[in-house]
Amino acid sequence: MSNPTVEVRIPTILRPYTKNEKLVSADGASLSEVITSLNTNYPGLGERLLENGELRRFINIYINDEDVRFMGSLSATLKAGDSITILPAVAGGCM
Amino acid sequence: MTLQISQAIVNAILEQSRVEYPDECCGVILGKIGSDKPERLKPMINAAHSPTFYEFDSKDLLALYRELDDNDEEIVVIYHSHTETQAYPSRTDISYASEPGAHYVLVSTRKEIAPENEFRSYRIIDGLVTEEDVVITSIGK
Repeated sequence: MSNPTVEVRIPTILRPYTKNEKLVSADGASLSEVITSLNTNYPGLGERLLENGELRRFINIYINDEDVRFMGSLSATLKAGDSITILPAVAGGCM
Repeated sequence: MTLQISQAIVNAILEQSRVEYPDECCGVILGKIGSDKPERLKPMINAAHSPTFYEFDSKDLLALYRELDDNDEEIVVIYHSHTETQAYPSRTDISYASEPGAHYVLVSTRKEIAPENEFRSYRIIDGLVTEEDVVITSIGK
């Protein structure tokens, strides 16, 4: 059985990796596989999402409307037609 | 580079920073895509509830971007307050800045170093901070 295909929304700051495409597709049965698929098609993108094999603290990824941190993070499972949204956190502070 | 913004919005942000003190306050100002006009003030909850850090709640962040899509709007300004330091981007601010098209506005609630009406705007792109002029238009415009 082939991997499900999902759509992925790319935030402005990462669009240089996707030739400015806002919406791309990727394959994978888990978020981890989807990120591998993205990195194959858009080299360098994976590194902006992961650090030491974990999701970066200040990158939010959602499957449909749910933050993947509440769905097992990289092991979150996907089905065909799911929609993934990547959003960099809006954060900062005086320190 | 210049940020043009209404006095009413400036006043509302300064007021929010005082109300939420001692925590940092934060929010965005939205405008039509490509207009570079900050028109709709949207205060956000500082999910960190901290005097030294701010972060939009992850659910609020997704809802915000969905709302932008629905309204053909974009984030024109991202603002927050510093409570005890000057209204200049910190290293943390610079490292997390991820909207190259946005104006980053800072206000300070510390009167000793910042005049009460201090309101400064920056571009933060690839770790480089550039301050820009702020032109305040009259209330109602």
